[in-house]
Amino acid sequence: MADYQTHEHDVLIIGAGGAGLRAAIEASRTGLKVGLVCKSLLGKAHTVMAEGGIAAALANVDDRDNWRVHFADTMRGGQYVNNWRMAEIHAKEAPDRVRELESWGAVFDRTPDGRILQRNFGGHRYPRLAHVGDRTGLELIRTLQDHGIHQGIDVHMEHTVVTLLKSGDRVSGVLAYERERGRFKVFKARSIVLATGGIGRAYKITSNSWEYTGDGHALAYDAGAELIDMEFVQFHPTGMIWPPSVMGILVTEGVRGEGGILTNKDGTRFMFGQIPDNYKAQTADNPEEGWRYCQGDKDARRPPELLTRDHVARCIVKEIKEGRGSPHGGVYLDIAWIKEKLPNAAEHIKRKLPSMYHQFKQLADIDITTEAMEIGPTTHYVMGGIRVDADTQMTTTVPGLFACGECASGINGANRLGGNSLSDIIVFGKRAGEYAAKFAQEHDAGSVDQAEVEEAARRALEPFERGAKEGSSAEGPYKVQYDLQEMMQDLVGIVRREDEMQRALEGLGKLWERAKRVAVHGHREYNPGWHTAIDLKNLLTVSEAVTRSALQRKESRGAHFRDDFEAKDPAFGSVNTVLRRGADGGMDVRLETIPEMPEHLKEVIKEMQ
Amino acid sequence: MKQATFSIWRGDAAGGKFQDYETDVEEGMVVLDAVHQIQATQANDLACRWNCKAGKCGSCSAEINGIPRLMCMTRLNALPLEKPVTIEPMKAFPLVRDLVTDVSWNFAVKKRIKKFKPRPPDAPDGSWRMAQDDIDRVQEFRKCIECFLCQDVCHVLRDHHKHEEFIGPRFLVYVAALEMHPLDTEDRLAELKEAHGVGFCNITKCCTTVCPENITITDNAIIPLKERVVDEFYDPLKSLWKFLRPKKY
Repeated sequence: MADYQTHEHDVLIIGAGGAGLRAAIEASRTGLKVGLVCKSLLGKAHTVMAEGGIAAALANVDDRDNWRVHFADTMRGGQYVNNWRMAEIHAKEAPDRVRELESWGAVFDRTPDGRILQRNFGGHRYPRLAHVGDRTGLELIRTLQDHGIHQGIDVHMEHTVVTLLKSGDRVSGVLAYERERGRFKVFKARSIVLATGGIGRAYKITSNSWEYTGDGHALAYDAGAELIDMEFVQFHPTGMIWPPSVMGILVTEGVRGEGGILTNKDGTRFMFGQIPDNYKAQTADNPEEGWRYCQGDKDARRPPELLTRDHVARCIVKEIKEGRGSPHGGVYLDIAWIKEKLPNAAEHIKRKLPSMYHQFKQLADIDITTEAMEIGPTTHYVMGGIRVDADTQMTTTVPGLFACGECASGINGANRLGGNSLSDIIVFGKRAGEYAAKFAQEHDAGSVDQAEVEEAARRALEPFERGAKEGSSAEGPYKVQYDLQEMMQDLVGIVRREDEMQRALEGLGKLWERAKRVAVHGHREYNPGWHTAIDLKNLLTVSEAVTRSALQRKESRGAHFRDDFEAKDPAFGSVNTVLRRGADGGMDVRLETIPEMPEHLKEVIKEMQ
Repeated sequence: MKQATFSIWRGDAAGGKFQDYETDVEEGMVVLDAVHQIQATQANDLACRWNCKAGKCGSCSAEINGIPRLMCMTRLNALPLEKPVTIEPMKAFPLVRDLVTDVSWNFAVKKRIKKFKPRPPDAPDGSWRMAQDDIDRVQEFRKCIECFLCQDVCHVLRDHHKHEEFIGPRFLVYVAALEMHPLDTEDRLAELKEAHGVGFCNITKCCTTVCPENITITDNAIIPLKERVVDEFYDPLKSLWKFLRPKKY
């Protein structure tokens, strides 16, 4: 039997984006031994890509803002299938978490009186996003990283978890491999926090990096946890579309927050014709009012470009489908037009949106201060994920296993508001760390089953065995991954239909078979082909989860839009889709009624109508 | 379709060589796209780091035609494609495999720098007041994506291997961001002079030239730090005062 290097921690965090780092910081406060395992180098996780800001009702710019408005906005944006308790905690605790970042060295942009500046964003009634130009995510992750490295956390960079190990019902550790040498390691822990982010790599056009293969979702599912609301995948309205090599790269909503407008090839601001009834009362009906809103006029209503992401993305798809798109199959996002309004517009744009300016200049030869950008929707975020208790973030079915951030689900419902992900990860990252530490203090270390370890390691090495065999029917991991991404994009994308999704299920069956035949060559040291092969299982698990959940929800709600059920169905308005591995090993999907909202929250919703 | 040749360094600490790969070239492609294409079709096990592919995470640092750059932000149309494009790993750090180097030294260095220590909050809710003008410079430094290209190009590290005595441009920028932070109350000048080795920098400004975030590393961070160290330790009037002042103080 192989003798794997073993690390023992009280609390083990998997993932070092904002959620994982915040969890690790909190857990380490108790003096427990905390380990942090991450796929990349520290500070490179996807949090770094977040641009626009952190949503928190600080009320620095508009004193009418408070947690109640933020809560109501989040629920409205999520079309009321959110976990209301999580939305409540989030809205209440976000301001403290943001101020805490400042005490750890974050340097947010300032108001004239020296407080944290807040900007407008889609679906938020008041300017609510604390930000640093358009690189807020970098500020957040660097602040947590620079604070965290002095907390005594053991960081294991470039390690990938292959499987969760269990002792009876509860988790007791993980098997991981280090990229550099390809060696397996066992990490024992009393409690484990999953903070692995999203699933964006299941799609071809995505703003997500190679890491976002649904690892946490799949690890938890395999360990017996429930996944909920996996049909809700957010397609961000504005991704780059030209040149081809940059397709999918994010263009921050901050562009629209600063006054950017969406136009079609005829120069029409098409969003004015697409305002849904439930947002009519709070949306501008003319360009002048929209501009005044972006300039901070408290009496003005927000421009329709700042409607929720699900809606804007669909309107863009409609424009393109109906032949009013731009030359490369998108629409225009124009911030340069504000030169009609501001004397020093070019400087203003460069100061407010420096990395957007840089990104377009360098990658597309476009100067956004003088010309419009071509954009189209890109896979961005998954609202669905691991089902957790709202207060503690512990999974509902696996004791000792916690989840937070994008891989957990509940706060966002059917559609996430921009800026709510950065606040989500610090609010619930903290809670996950706190309660995982509590669990570790109250429980002994579980045991690790060597046979389980051996079996997991053997399975992880199978692609090499197949690679060593000549003349087999093996194929490369990248080809299978590309085919999966292409299929999910085509058949389970922004607009969905029963027959297409049934075809996707069949396709997934074939891809599962192909994944079993994938072969890799070379040795185990820093071999991306091997890593891609191992990640395939996770990608396939989450793709199947998205497809099966989407088939179950026979209505259109939030990010989930069905061509064959175009309307919202009140019957689906009170249910979550819940997935769990069945006794036969297959994926069981069921609908579960959402617990009724308590009176005090109902009143908030009513008051904010 | 147009093709181009990429001469990519393959190997590990034990040795290796440049290997040529031909691949299709499309409009708008960056070097990282070419590397990915080669990885997917010809060399599945070609090792390289990357994450965001948008110049925000600083993972894909390499030397392209001999110049330290981010692979994701280097457009192919800015390179002469009639001859092979060479791509090799950073030189200032030990090699792991192919284009991947062991940058762990950087993480160890950062841990040695005294952390942020704010003054007490200005308001009862635990918040502070800072003017935008007072944080512009710190925000410039905090744009750093930790790609370590400045460390790679710095001759003190690259050629003279002073990793034990000099923290390099990245971490001088880091110290500068802390020292110039309006809320910070820590004093790092003694370390700057001794353990951090600010004196090793002789202002050739190579770091500023390669910085993908256009941080004015030398002029805005390193030179002011040098001045502060000089003021603290080498000011003749101050030294005289220290020498003459009554001992009881």
